[in-house]
Formats: sequence, structure tokens, C-alpha cells
Amino acid sequence: MKQVKLFLGPQHPGMHGNASIHMYVEGDIIKKSYLLPGMLHRGFEKTMENRTWMNNIGIIPRICVPEPDPNEMVFANNAETLANIEVPERAHWIRMLILELARLAAHLMAFGGCGGPTGLYTAMYWAQADRDGILTLFEEITGQRIYHMYIVIGGVRKDLPKGIEKKILDYVDDLERRLPDYEDLVLNNPTIIARTKDQIMLPAEVVWELGVTGIGMRSATGKAYDIRKVAPYARYDKVEFDVPTATYSDALTRIRFKWLEMHQIIRIIRQVLELMPGGKVREKALDGSALRWQVPKGQVYTAVEASRGEYGYYTVSDGGIMPYRVAVRGASFPQGLLGVEKYLPGHRIDDAALWFDTMGICSPEIDR
Amino acid sequence: MKKASIFAPFKGWKYLFKKPVTVPMDDIFKHPRESQDNYRGFHVNDWDKCIGCGTCEDVCPTGAISMVERKELPDVDGSKPERPAVDYGRCCFCALCVDICASGSLSMTKEYLYNSPNPEDFIYMPTDQDITGREHKAGYEKTESSDLLDLVRKPMEHVDANERKQSFIEIVRGFSKEQAKAEAARCVECGICEKTCPAHMNIPEYIRAIWEDDLEAGLNWLYQTNPLPSVCGRICTHMCETACALSNRGEAIAIRWLKRYIVDNMPDDEYEKVVMAQVSAKGEGKVAIVGAGSAGLSAAYYLGTLGYEVDVFERMPLVGGPMRYGAPKYRLPDDVTTHDIAFIEKLGVKIHTNTEVGRDVKFADLRKKYDAVFIATGYPHTRGLTIPGIGHENVKMAMEFLAASTDYETGRGEMPGIEDDVVVVGSGNVAFDVARTLVRFQIEKYGKSSVKMLALENEQQIPADKEEVEEGGEEGIVLHLGYGPKHIVTDKKGKLTGIEAAKCIRLFDENNRFAPQLDEEAIICVNGKQVYLAIGQTSDLAFLPEDLKDQVKIERGKIVVNKDNQVRGVPGLFAGGDIIRGMDIINGVADGHAAAVGIDHYLRTKMK
Repeated sequence: MKQVKLFLGPQHPGMHGNASIHMYVEGDIIKKSYLLPGMLHRGFEKTMENRTWMNNIGIIPRICVPEPDPNEMVFANNAETLANIEVPERAHWIRMLILELARLAAHLMAFGGCGGPTGLYTAMYWAQADRDGILTLFEEITGQRIYHMYIVIGGVRKDLPKGIEKKILDYVDDLERRLPDYEDLVLNNPTIIARTKDQIMLPAEVVWELGVTGIGMRSATGKAYDIRKVAPYARYDKVEFDVPTATYSDALTRIRFKWLEMHQIIRIIRQVLELMPGGKVREKALDGSALRWQVPKGQVYTAVEASRGEYGYYTVSDGGIMPYRVAVRGASFPQGLLGVEKYLPGHRIDDAALWFDTMGICSPEIDR
Repeated sequence: MKKASIFAPFKGWKYLFKKPVTVPMDDIFKHPRESQDNYRGFHVNDWDKCIGCGTCEDVCPTGAISMVERKELPDVDGSKPERPAVDYGRCCFCALCVDICASGSLSMTKEYLYNSPNPEDFIYMPTDQDITGREHKAGYEKTESSDLLDLVRKPMEHVDANERKQSFIEIVRGFSKEQAKAEAARCVECGICEKTCPAHMNIPEYIRAIWEDDLEAGLNWLYQTNPLPSVCGRICTHMCETACALSNRGEAIAIRWLKRYIVDNMPDDEYEKVVMAQVSAKGEGKVAIVGAGSAGLSAAYYLGTLGYEVDVFERMPLVGGPMRYGAPKYRLPDDVTTHDIAFIEKLGVKIHTNTEVGRDVKFADLRKKYDAVFIATGYPHTRGLTIPGIGHENVKMAMEFLAASTDYETGRGEMPGIEDDVVVVGSGNVAFDVARTLVRFQIEKYGKSSVKMLALENEQQIPADKEEVEEGGEEGIVLHLGYGPKHIVTDKKGKLTGIEAAKCIRLFDENNRFAPQLDEEAIICVNGKQVYLAIGQTSDLAFLPEDLKDQVKIERGKIVVNKDNQVRGVPGLFAGGDIIRGMDIINGVADGHAAAVGIDHYLRTKMK
């Protein structure tokens, strides 16, 4: 049979806008596929070497647009580790609040995102509308909806605005009430089940082979590998939450895991708001003005748990005002780049977008 | 887990009867949603507060901000006539500009809607109006935690008051390397200080050199404009610090102490390399300099580097003028002055001490023998006061007292005859120098001190540096502020017992001229056995020959000169320092440099 060359994306309702998949198909079966990153043309890592430690706050949130905060967190965390800065207690809790809200927004986007490739646009609209509620909270806390630029070296930029706690609680209460509706709409929907159950498998061997983390790893291997549990940062060791695991990872399981984790996020947010102490929110430990902050010489890798898995920065400082090198370990790099090449072939064309969505992929973090 | 059912998704139909969460298209334009209070929208800039320092431009991660010169703005000390313009085609709305703004003039509005068919319209200079031109609400503002400047000065170690008043030990200990680097890291390199400094020293450059731990470069920068850095690093009046951009919201950078750090920490051999490296040896001609104070020495140094033959005439036995005979040793140790002057002499500059022009050398002869003459005789005498009893033998003059104390402190003379209870009249830096020197002498002689100060100025008007007032207070000086002296009080035997003063109700008149008015009803008497006058200094131009006196124009005791410091109407005669600008060492340094440039230009033109 004749092979046809097809592009999935970047302009496609099921694709992410800044990457595309280059496919060779026979009939409706993908025979070969490559990811084509590079649509961002940014060169984040190199750009970061030419900006001061503080100025980098303008660029790092862009490495994952739907969930920018883990970038800010690891960047700050690395500089703090190198400079031995003790972050104020309250800032740890505010950081957790921000990171969990961001995770919730990202899960909503990806959970509703399965509606695009399957034609269930209601799911997408609902999730986007609910995500918008979180963006409004972010706007109030940080000053912007998408690029928060809020977690900075030494803590967070500003204290929480007055009365935000109640707004957050009202929001999560409301979302919690709606989660059963989401379950009925998506997870108990026979059409979605037909498209996703026992489909787009992620076997444990592939997890180990590629280095997949996050929901992919937890749903396939039964290992509760969650950085918040295995190497707690901020104050995740002070809150209670469960990490869902399974040993059978089809697309439906992975979609369900997002829904399950949303419950845990709400649980964490409530505890954070209850346990958060008062006090200052930023420790100014580096000498001088932000134009001359120098981070002591050294190298460090730290990671946080993003919605897609382990999200880490390897930072090298030569003691200067700019990082000497920053390498980003994007959580979706293994499955997004290598996985598309090796494991997408064999699937149907119409499953490609769903494959991309349920594997947990954010293309800018591959193209950095 | 609930069971899958074909009916399950249809439960969502219940939302058909609920209020939609979406916004109608029409509302987006007609009733735009108001953003949150903290929103990082478009910029606004309070032009009255803005100092044009350009720190916003430096921090901007997208290069969206550029500083634009505005001719209508006054070019005054402490600011630049520039204001930021924002290119919204580049801006990423991070608000780092707001967080670092030195004056606190920048903030953001809650506005987020703006459009124009013309690309040029997206470059805008924010005023109290943002780019939209609409009425707006305040959005993002800086808080203490988001501030990106370090507003607190690194503490300078001082010798404790009880210890220091026992002797003339230098009070300020100086920065360590770590402290100096940390202090230098606070600088934002706006250059406002450089503009304000009379000598226009390359302050941002030498602060950067300290921060980069390159003292050789730092010293090189210092000598570009100032051959007395060790002295100025201690007793400069630091107008740069008053103008420092950081002083708008916090503590100015300790520029003076940083300058001192460079000179104190350079080994002598390295030091000499830098100083001598400036010699170009090209000029031909002889120059006479009258007075070896800051202006004379500065001119001598720069003329020396240009290869001119320079002779300096000084009436006192030691070189330095007020640096040697004015500043007390606890502020400026003698070896520091010697250190700076030694390098000037190494250039080949000849300094003739104990040689008073007018007495030992005729001024007219200097004019004949030298191609150019530079007068830098300063303000050597204390200004007098015309009140009853002022002629009493126990009324002393500040400059004479300070000169005598220098001789005593450096082992060249006896301690001036002081009493155990004294009053100093005046509240300038010299008055404090006198009072604090008296404290030390009294403790040495009597074991305790009793020094009072009497001044017309009140606490807000006091002309001395803040630290002088603070440190003087710590050393036990009692201030009687806001009183003008009426007459010297004596007892029946003619012994001085104090000074009577009346309350000052006004210091300046409507035209802001010094015209004190006293309330004759409110009288106090400050007791003391001696009165020291320190109410200002005057020049002494008696050495000028009669024919020159007519040609030299003097306004309010100051010689009028051209831009190149040439005395107006007298070719080849130059003047600088206190006699043209009033008392200040850094003015002298600046004038000396300017005069050297002027003399060089004059001689080159003349030789042709």
C-alpha cells in the first residue's frame, strides 16, 4: 500500500500549537512518526545564560505555558540551594498553594483536552471555564493570569492579597461539587470508553525504557513515584495526600488519574490554607540590587512534581550575575520526543491526538 | 466508581438552565471585565517623582524600556532630564521595572485593552496617564517584599564614643573586602552621582571595579579626576551621596567609604604604577601655584602629568592647607594626607613650604618668572563677629585653634591653652571639628569634658553633616540651637564667664538671603570660660599687587573666573578652589583639574 505523509498540527484542534507530528501513514495506520519541535524558536536554555538571575523570571514561565509555576519553583530552588538561602516559612506554603492551583489548572486542561480529539467539546469547554476560575485567582495573587512570575529567589514576590483564602476555598468547594459531573461526562461516557479503554497502552517496560514519570509511570508500574512524596520540597511533608497507582495504563486510566489527582489537589489546598503560618514572604539574601545578584559557584539539580511528571532544572553557576548553564528536564521529554518516534507508529491516525494528550505532553518543555 | 452508562453524559444538560459562565462578545468591548487589584497592566509614571535614573531600562528583560531625553525638564542635581518610554511590542508585563524603580515613580494600571492600526503608537512614555488614555484604576505596585533594590547600607564600624574621645584615633574603621563588595553591589550605575560631584568623578565605574574586585582599575578611575583620593575618601562633603538614586527611598551608597576602600587596600608599589602611568610629559612651560591646598595640589598633579614644570608656594611649614591644618586627625589622620601628597611630589612637582607669597616672594615676580600663575589660597581666616566683648583674650578663632591643635597632635607644638568649660559658636562642620577637638583636649588635660555649641540655625537648618551632629552628641557636646550671640559676658574681674544669646526667629528673609532676626526678649546665657568662633572663613588676597587688584573682579569675596578658571581680564592668571566657590575640598580638586586643563590650553596657544 502507498505511504502518505501527513502532518498533525501545529494547527489542529487536538494538537498543542507549537509542535507538530510528522507521520507516514498506510491506510489509517501510522507507520512512522517524528515530533517536529522548534515552533517556538526561543532557545530558552541559551537565553537564560544571558540574563541575570532575576531577569530570567521573564522567560522561565514560558517553558510550560499551561503550568508555568514549576519552572519558577525549580529555578528559585536551585539558586537558593547554591546560595544557601533559607526561605521564610510562609513562602513555602504560598509556593505550595500556587503549585497546586497550577497543577489543578493543568489537569483540568488536559482532562478536558481529551474532548478535542474525541469530539466531546463539552468536556473541553467545561474544563476551560473552570480553569479560568483559577486564572482569575492567579490574577489576583500574582498580577497576571498566565505568566505569573511570582515564585522568585528567596520566596515569593508579594504576600497573598486579603480575603483570597475564602475565594480559593469557595472555588475548590465548587469544583469538588462538579467533579462527579466530569466523571459522568467523560469517564462514564461509553463513547470515550470505546475510544480509550484498552487503547493507547503504556506498558511498564516502555516507562523504564524511556524514563517516563508522572501519571504515565504511576499508572503503568504501580510505583508511587511522586517527587512530592519521594523528595519533598516546600512543605509537602507536612500535608496528607494519596498518590493513585495502577499497573495497567491504557488511555482511560491515565485520564481517570487526572480526575483522581484533582481530588488530592483540593485536599492539599485545604490543608495549606489551614496550616499556612504568618510572617514575611521573601528573604533577600543575595547582596545588592537585582542587577548585581551573584549566586555562588556550584552546580545543582532539583526537581518538582509537575502535572506531567518529574520537572527538573540542572543549574550551573560560576559565581556570576547570570546562570552559567541551565538545562531543563521537561517532564514530557521522554514520551514526547522519543515516544512519538518509537511507540506512536502502529496506532490509528485518529488516535494520534489522543495519544499526545493522554501521555502528558507540553511541547515547549521539549523545545527549550 | 460509578457505572458507565449511555445516559451518564446527558446529566450535563442540567447546566442548560443555569447562568452561562461565558461572556457575550458584545460585552468584551462595551463592558470590559475589570481586572484584579494587583493587575500588571499598562505603565504609569509620576514625572515629578521620577529621577530619570534608567534603572527600569537596565532591569527590563525584554529591552522594552528606553530612556528618552526631555528638553523641558530641568537638569538639576539628583536627577537626569530623561524619562522612560515603553515599547509595548516588546514588554512582557513582568513589572520588574516597577519593583526596581529607585524613586518609586513607576506603577501599573488595571487596564489591558489597547489597539491601534499604527505600530508607532505602541511606543509610549507613561505619565500619570497610561497608553490607553482612558481613566484608569491603580494596578500593580511595589511592596517591601517585591523590592529589587537593597536600600540598607552595609554598616560601617566606628570606634565607640567613650574610647575615641580619649585620643585622636581615627573613628571610621573602613570596609573589609566583603563589606565593600556587598556595598558596591547595591549600585545601579545610574551616574546621577557623577553628574553632581564637582569633580565629576567616575563613581559608577570605580564602584563597579570594587564589585569586580579590580582595585587597580578602581584606582585608575579615581586618579582620572582626583589626585587626593585618600583625603576625599575620608572628609569629602559627598554631594554624590545626597544625590544618589537610592537615597530617594533608602540609604545612599556609601560612595565616600568605597573610595577610601580602594586607596586603603592598594599596595604602595601597585599604587605608584597607577599614579605614574598617567604621566604623558608633553607640555613645555613653567607654572607657579600659590597655596598647597586641595586646588593647588590638584592643579599641580594634573600639570605635572602633562610635563609642565610646577612650583607650589605654601606659607605654612606643612603641605595640605585645610587637609593638614583644618581637619582633625580623628577624621583625617596625618599619614593619609602625607600619602596622597607624596605621590604628587613624586611626579616632580616642587613644593616650597614656609614661603608666603607677598612676604617671601613677590607676586609680581611670579608673574614675570612663570608662564602662568594659579591662585589657590583658600579661606585661611575665621570670619569675625561684631558683638560687645568680642576682643576678649579668651575669645578664640577656629582656624588658628585647629592649626595649633594639628601642631600639637603631630608633635610639633604645645597644646593650645584651653579651659575646662567652653562654648563654640557655629554649627558647620568646622564648628564641630573645633568642639570635638576641644572634647579630646579637655579629657586629656582635665579628665572630663564640657563643650557647648551655640548656633543661629535650628535642628533642621544645621549645616554640618548628620554624622557630625550624631557623633558630637555621643561625645557629650551640648547643643544650644536657634540662638544668635548678643555679647560676651565677663565678671567684675574681667574674666570671661559665658556668652549671652537671643532666640533666632528668622534666619532668611523673603528673598532667601541670610538675614537673621533675633527676639530680644528671649535671652539665654551659655556659661563657659572660653568662646571659640567658628562661623565661617574668609579669604586673604593681600598679596595681590595694587595694579592687579583693580583688574581682578571680586564678587562677595569670590574671584570671578572664566570657564577655564582664568581670571577674567587677566591672561595667564588662573584661580580656583575656595576663593571662587566657597569652602569644600572636592570643589578645590575639581577646580585644580579644570585650571590645569585651562592652563595647558593657554600655554599651548601661547607657545604657538
